[in-house]
Amino acid sequence: MSAEFWITQAFNGISYGALLFLLASGLSLIFGVMRIVNLAHGSYFMLGGYVGLSVVWRTGSFLAALVAGAVAIALIGIGMERLFLRRLPGQTLGQVLMTVGFALMFQDVALLVWGGDPYTIPVPAALQGIVTAGTLRFPAYRIFIIVVAVLIGVGLWVVLDRTRVGAMIRAAVDDREMAQGVGIRVPVVSLGVFALGAALAALGGVIGGGFLGVYPGADFEVLPYAFVVVIVGGLGSLPGAMVGSLLVGLLDNFGKALFPELSYFTLFAPMALILALRPTGLFGRA
Amino acid sequence: MTNGAPRSSPGPAAASSGLTAPATLDRKVVAGAVVLALAGAVAPVLPAYPLTLLTQAVIVAVLAMSLDVLLGYTGLPSLGHAAYFGIAAYTVGILATERQTGLAGCLVAALLLATATAAVFGFLAIRATGTYFLMITLALGMVVWGLAFRWVSMTKGDNGIAGVPRPELGLPWSLAAPLPFFYFALLAAALAWAAMGVLVRSPFGLGLKGIRESESRMRALGYNVWLHKYLAFVISGFFAAFAGVLWAYYNGFVGPVDVQLVTSVETLLMVALGGPGTLAGPALGAAAIVFLKNFVSVYTKRWLLILGAVYIGVILFAPRGVLGAFSREPHSAR
Amino acid sequence: MDDVTLAVRAGERRALIGPNGAGKTTLFNLISGELSASAGSITLFGRDVTRAAAHRRAALGLARTFQITNVFPSLTVLENCLLAVQALSPVKLAMHRSLGRYPVLHTHARATLEAVGLADRAGAVVKHLSHGEQRQLEIALALAGRPRVLLLDEPTAGLSPAESQMMAGLIKRLDPAMTVLVIEHDMDIALEIVRHVTVLHYGRVIADGTREDVRANPLVREIYLGA
Repeated sequence: MSAEFWITQAFNGISYGALLFLLASGLSLIFGVMRIVNLAHGSYFMLGGYVGLSVVWRTGSFLAALVAGAVAIALIGIGMERLFLRRLPGQTLGQVLMTVGFALMFQDVALLVWGGDPYTIPVPAALQGIVTAGTLRFPAYRIFIIVVAVLIGVGLWVVLDRTRVGAMIRAAVDDREMAQGVGIRVPVVSLGVFALGAALAALGGVIGGGFLGVYPGADFEVLPYAFVVVIVGGLGSLPGAMVGSLLVGLLDNFGKALFPELSYFTLFAPMALILALRPTGLFGRA
Repeated sequence: MTNGAPRSSPGPAAASSGLTAPATLDRKVVAGAVVLALAGAVAPVLPAYPLTLLTQAVIVAVLAMSLDVLLGYTGLPSLGHAAYFGIAAYTVGILATERQTGLAGCLVAALLLATATAAVFGFLAIRATGTYFLMITLALGMVVWGLAFRWVSMTKGDNGIAGVPRPELGLPWSLAAPLPFFYFALLAAALAWAAMGVLVRSPFGLGLKGIRESESRMRALGYNVWLHKYLAFVISGFFAAFAGVLWAYYNGFVGPVDVQLVTSVETLLMVALGGPGTLAGPALGAAAIVFLKNFVSVYTKRWLLILGAVYIGVILFAPRGVLGAFSREPHSAR
Repeated sequence: MDDVTLAVRAGERRALIGPNGAGKTTLFNLISGELSASAGSITLFGRDVTRAAAHRRAALGLARTFQITNVFPSLTVLENCLLAVQALSPVKLAMHRSLGRYPVLHTHARATLEAVGLADRAGAVVKHLSHGEQRQLEIALALAGRPRVLLLDEPTAGLSPAESQMMAGLIKRLDPAMTVLVIEHDMDIALEIVRHVTVLHYGRVIADGTREDVRANPLVREIYLGA
């Protein structure tokens, strides 16, 4: 196999990993702060894509689609957390079942509103081109995804590492009771993190809608990927989400290219192995 | 089963008051037998569609009870339980269509393969606790789903394996007909129920309940908690596989939908709905969900919306399940 | 824990006392195997069990109670006791027959309940017991396996003075061959049930000897008795 094959596949893997990062960083933060296994996280991705689609149809603006998708889904996230999940503190199983209930309802609502046909979100002309480097050709849109993910990753890192709000979030991740004890309003932090996570997933949905498309079933298709990222990287860890996203993006791409029949296996089996060796993931703490 | 216990034990020790009140247990066993007998009695007069649903409910009930051994009795919430169910179903599907293997061969191969998978997965999962256990079982379940979906040369991928023939038992009645197959499934489910019923009332089963309540105390008492949990995991996988065998024959079709995450979660819902740690409850929960799904989908296309609302409603309004909300409380009167 | 050496002879009765945070419960957790020691060694009847899992130590005849009641709340008192009785026998892995088919286990469990005065509560679900009864059950679970070494972590925690006296009586009546190590906050109770006292302070042994010695020890008087 040529060097070109490896470079192209690696690039595709990295850009897919970048998209996964948008999805998984939120899931990881939500888990870190609230210990909630949110099975509706894939729904945020899908609904974000659909909202973005409608906004692009109305306004023609991709930027407006990004903003509207993120805001709308953040509001849904806030509603879910505030009205429902908050009633189930510490009930892992109850949270799982409840988030699945929401996922099913979202799936049906999406079908009702947008129908069963797949759509692609039209992207701005500036992002449609191909960037060539020697004999290698890279789609500009995939480069855009990587840039967005890097910007968001850096942004999250700065917020978490350098600001007061970030310190509060980290305190809540480390030890909820302790954080509460020192006067941090953990319920507010939780709500904020939940909204942020939902918004990031929706952002991923709009951006992903530009090259994967928006379609029924996208929710439960991306959900396993997000979980693998979070499990591999370690729950509640931002660096973990970064490394995990890249790893999963690459594993998935090479797996599909090299062993198409075993492609999910090549993704999930290494994860199971990592878990067996480090049950808390690469960067996670017990 | 339990009803023999007080009479067969000679000493004063056998005085029944302390055990999980054998009197109520007896009633439960009798009630269960009555339900089974009733189902068997009404089956011949049922129209085709309800009979099909009843058969489906009976099979899914075995799956729900198998998960209850793990979730309700041991306190381990597995999010990948469809894996063992699905592996067994696929094994039957592939052997019965491509090799024309009979019931015995399919049954043994399916149970062996699925139980062996549970033995490997359990090894990876049992170390983890709480949410991590949930995540690991979810991920392991996805490994199986990934294989079902993509290993096209073996599983036919998304198309699934169609035309799985019902087994020929050399009886005067062909299992291809709905009624004989219903009795076949009912008998198999009753056997599984009895076996699991004995299991959860055995010394080993009491150990599982102890682990659910306090692992640290169990260790201090001298239990190898890991071993107990591991055995429960594998046994639970075994019974899920048993349900999977019945399912493949019942449905005549095996596809990725049988091993997907939503199937695992739905099984959890059945257990939660019926009341974890009661066996009979999850069986009823399974029946309720099967009937609900099918009836609602007859009347409206919006059945996912309703099912989703059921998930949320169950958690908000009956967190301990319908049976769980009543069980045990009478003891407080003593 | 820092440099704690404790040698307890078979059949000895010893109390571990010390102010809050002295490391008493941590020491119990290390001995019972709930925590693993980062350094040092633990021997049981001359056998090194430093690396042994908690359940292996229990199998060698070590039993413990917990300071914060640690029983099985939604099971009945008898079921709790049966769990303890079957713990050290291979019967615990039997899954083909219901528990009712093992009358020997029941006899033994009832005898244990009798010994701690809970026989008439056998059918009650534990979470409905009073705190005092739960403390009695805590001891019953430890005694059911007929241990050779018994670790009691504040058996009188949260009990009324009258209940504490009852508990002290119960402990004094234990089989004299049994080695008993008891953590006790209440100095009077401790000195009533044992002859030998070890005082821990910030993870160190600061005094060790008969109760008269310890009572006379000026350091102990200063930091513990507050005299």
